[in-house]
Amino acid sequence: MNQTTSTSKAFLATLKRELLIAYKRKNDVMNPFMFFLIVATLFPIGISPEPQRLAEIAAGVLWISALLAALLAMDNLYRADYEDGSLEQLLLSPHPLYFMVLAKNIGHWLVSGLPVVLVSPLIAYMLNLPAQSYATLFITLLLGTPILSLLGSIGVALTVGLGSRGLILAVITLPMTVPVLIAGTVAVQQTQNGASLVGYAALLGALLLGALTLAPLASAAALRISVN
Amino acid sequence: MPRHTSTQPDSDPMLDVRDLYCERDERVLFRDLSFSLHRGEVLQVKGSNGSGKTTLLRILCGLNDGYSGTIVWCGSPLAGRLDEYYSDLLYIGHRVGVNKVLTPLENLRWSSRLQQRIEDSALSAALAKVGLRGFEDSQCHTLSAGQQQRVALARLYVNQARLWLLDEPFTTLDTGGVEMLETLLREHADAGGAVLVTTHHPLKVSLLQTLTLGQESLR
Repeated sequence: MNQTTSTSKAFLATLKRELLIAYKRKNDVMNPFMFFLIVATLFPIGISPEPQRLAEIAAGVLWISALLAALLAMDNLYRADYEDGSLEQLLLSPHPLYFMVLAKNIGHWLVSGLPVVLVSPLIAYMLNLPAQSYATLFITLLLGTPILSLLGSIGVALTVGLGSRGLILAVITLPMTVPVLIAGTVAVQQTQNGASLVGYAALLGALLLGALTLAPLASAAALRISVN
Repeated sequence: MPRHTSTQPDSDPMLDVRDLYCERDERVLFRDLSFSLHRGEVLQVKGSNGSGKTTLLRILCGLNDGYSGTIVWCGSPLAGRLDEYYSDLLYIGHRVGVNKVLTPLENLRWSSRLQQRIEDSALSAALAKVGLRGFEDSQCHTLSAGQQQRVALARLYVNQARLWLLDEPFTTLDTGGVEMLETLLREHADAGGAVLVTTHHPLKVSLLQTLTLGQESLR
């Protein structure tokens, strides 16, 4: 009973806590998801309900909506923990902060990114995305949204100590996410023209691996600065 | 030079602070601050508001690195041994680390499992000891400030850490809670642990050291 925990146990405890908090704060979880649905729905109303044109912009609309939803969801990631002191406890755990941050990021993606990915085929149907692109869209979003969460985490970690942040989070985060946005939308467009998905999936996969290994390190360093 | 009354036992100090210097917003908080903390001791840090008590605690637990000087932990400098240090350290700050939507049990489970493996029965027992029996399943935002403080203090009952750094742990407690915490500090010191606590509350413990921060103590 009195042994010190292994890092994997502490990782799981943190992941569980993250999911538990999300479960108890359903509003915070629903907001980005609803935001995604609303933004994606506004495009056909604002641009054109013409199926031909919708099909052209569908991938971009879905990706931009997913990106904005991810940005909206980001704010919850460390704020409450910073305000109630849990973040200090996280920093003072004997385990590498990398894994603790990773646990929080994964938990956050599971409740904010995954629902968006899962509902994306429905929105794609509404936007008249060509049938052969559904799989591409789903796979690229599945690979891409975790990158958005991981990169967003760096921006949130940097700004969590600031009183009024305004747009600064978007200014820090959005430029980093542009490559993901390009890879995701180009993949959908090019596969419509007969290109193979493999190359784009590999590119996004590589970006995801890079983000998984490096982004939590940057988040961890940023958190230490913010708490200092 | 801050005053430090001491009757030091022979053993190596658990925590040895040498020539600590820290300034914040171009104001020197402390200069040439040296003290040591041995097993079995309770060190009470006093000082007027803004004299740097909280900063000192945050420096000692590595959350704040805006200082110069040496901190020696069990015989060798702290830098580079933080993992080892953190498994032997318990810090309860101003913001006590209690999430408002989680229940006391869920909060305690997470904060203690970051450090050690522990059964739920032990956690419930600890919550009962701090007087939260019956509140295990209420969300923490429904509890009073004192009760939330008690949720954090429950960690003291389940934790194996030898060094406790407590920042104003008495502020929101009622008289019963104060008595409970004093007993706990005494028991921890008697069991060979060490406590560094910031408070203005007169502590009733043996081997009490005091350290006063602030301008009035500068000669």
